[in-house]
Amino acid sequence: MKQLTHFLEGFGSAVQLLFQSARYVGTLPRQRARFIDQCYVIGYTTLPIVAILCFFMGSVLALQSGYSMENFGAKQFIGSLVGLSFARELGPVIVAILVAGRVGSAITAELASMKVYQEVDALVTMNIPPARILVLPRLAAVLVMMPVLAIIGNLIGWFGGAVVCKYVESIAIEPEAYFSALRRYMKFQDVGTGLMKAEIFGFVVVLICCSIGLNTRGGPREIGASVTKAVVVSLISILVLDYFVTKALM
Amino acid sequence: MPAMNPPIHRNPITAVESPAVGVTIDGLTKNFGKFQALKNVSFSVEPGEIFVLMGPSGSGKSVLLKHIVGLEAATSGRVLINGQDATAEHTLERIRIALVFQAGALFNSLSVYDNLALYPREHRLGDEASIRDKVMRALQILSLENSAQKFPSELSGGMRKRVAIARALVMEPQLMLYDEPTSELDPVMGATISEIIATLKDEYHVTTIVVSHDRELALGIADRVGILMGGELVFLGPPASLRQPTDPRIADFFHPRIDLKNPRFKNLET
Repeated sequence: MKQLTHFLEGFGSAVQLLFQSARYVGTLPRQRARFIDQCYVIGYTTLPIVAILCFFMGSVLALQSGYSMENFGAKQFIGSLVGLSFARELGPVIVAILVAGRVGSAITAELASMKVYQEVDALVTMNIPPARILVLPRLAAVLVMMPVLAIIGNLIGWFGGAVVCKYVESIAIEPEAYFSALRRYMKFQDVGTGLMKAEIFGFVVVLICCSIGLNTRGGPREIGASVTKAVVVSLISILVLDYFVTKALM
Repeated sequence: MPAMNPPIHRNPITAVESPAVGVTIDGLTKNFGKFQALKNVSFSVEPGEIFVLMGPSGSGKSVLLKHIVGLEAATSGRVLINGQDATAEHTLERIRIALVFQAGALFNSLSVYDNLALYPREHRLGDEASIRDKVMRALQILSLENSAQKFPSELSGGMRKRVAIARALVMEPQLMLYDEPTSELDPVMGATISEIIATLKDEYHVTTIVVSHDRELALGIADRVGILMGGELVFLGPPASLRQPTDPRIADFFHPRIDLKNPRFKNLET
């Protein structure tokens, strides 16, 4: 019962924060510097880890599917399998998980320490709503950067699959054949669905991390606890949302 | 007899005159679960006055200050600033209230200059050149002009307090609140901060409420003193009457003696 109350409180405060931030959307043009700063943090600094992870996820997917599909002579479809898996599912989920771990944790840590060390209170006494300058630029930045990260993640994942297909002897499919299969069975809608999922996951992750950070009370120990909580809640939310969003977009 | 006009508050930065504000605490009670932090506290602070609120640690001083600035909601009772409810959203828009936090609450990711410029920038109080003038004037008042580009982590405790006061000054406040401004400072820096508070009041007539357990500060700069003990207001009056207190609790607070035969820690609540 207590956990349910905590969950509902957390959900309520995240929704409240969303509405508070939405009130200040008109101030975004004059928060350009903060927005660009957050785009840099969410997008540019996450890119290397997205690239490494997506490359190897694509490679492993091609390797595993090549091993299985060889048994019933369907190796030529590896390209379409890797392409569709990445575009519709793996790309957005992996990028969202990385954003939760890499950026979400940093957001929670920063906002939680600002809360604990009374910087957030100082903003309130200055009549500067924290939702306006701390939350809104981050939400706007994640909306812009998630599709970019997802597209780059997809391309690198597909490329990883192509590398494995070419250089692993048991598969030995030329890149032309691999990408031809990928193009043949994939529609633009598949990529669009994936980007929409990435957008939703990223937005929810940043909202959760901001909300948990700003609701931190106590001292340094609670900052650590908030970061852990934010990452765990974000990961669960991504996977739960994934099911419902996938179902809704089918 | 003609009615007395309220004292005129002169803006520390622009020297523009505006009426000083008064604060009324009316039957304020605050409960945290079963713990009662404030028990039906009532008093008024006159416009342009320096009011020092004293009391032992945990007596509810900082909680009361947070109510004045709207950071805490009262269980019962109310706080009025110039007759307006302090918790109402429009109060902070109409009346400029600055709180100097105990630890400074400076924005660690911003330089001293940007800490001070944040308020005027966010409220669009002029172009960048006029904001720069305001910020540099505030830094000059607090003798901090050489620290403008430093970050809070590079400052000493006393400098952080002075930056926090300078940041409050840039807000051009009508009401200044200080939470333990001399804590964690050496006696000389404590005296310096007391002088700054008194000078700001004398020169600019800012209504000032100081929460402190610094006896020297209270006796040195206060117009009136209130003493909170266990959430109750046990004394309200001029600082002179605290030199020879009659209430044994206040006498013990003001002139604590080290008694090794009957140590008081044996009677502390756990």
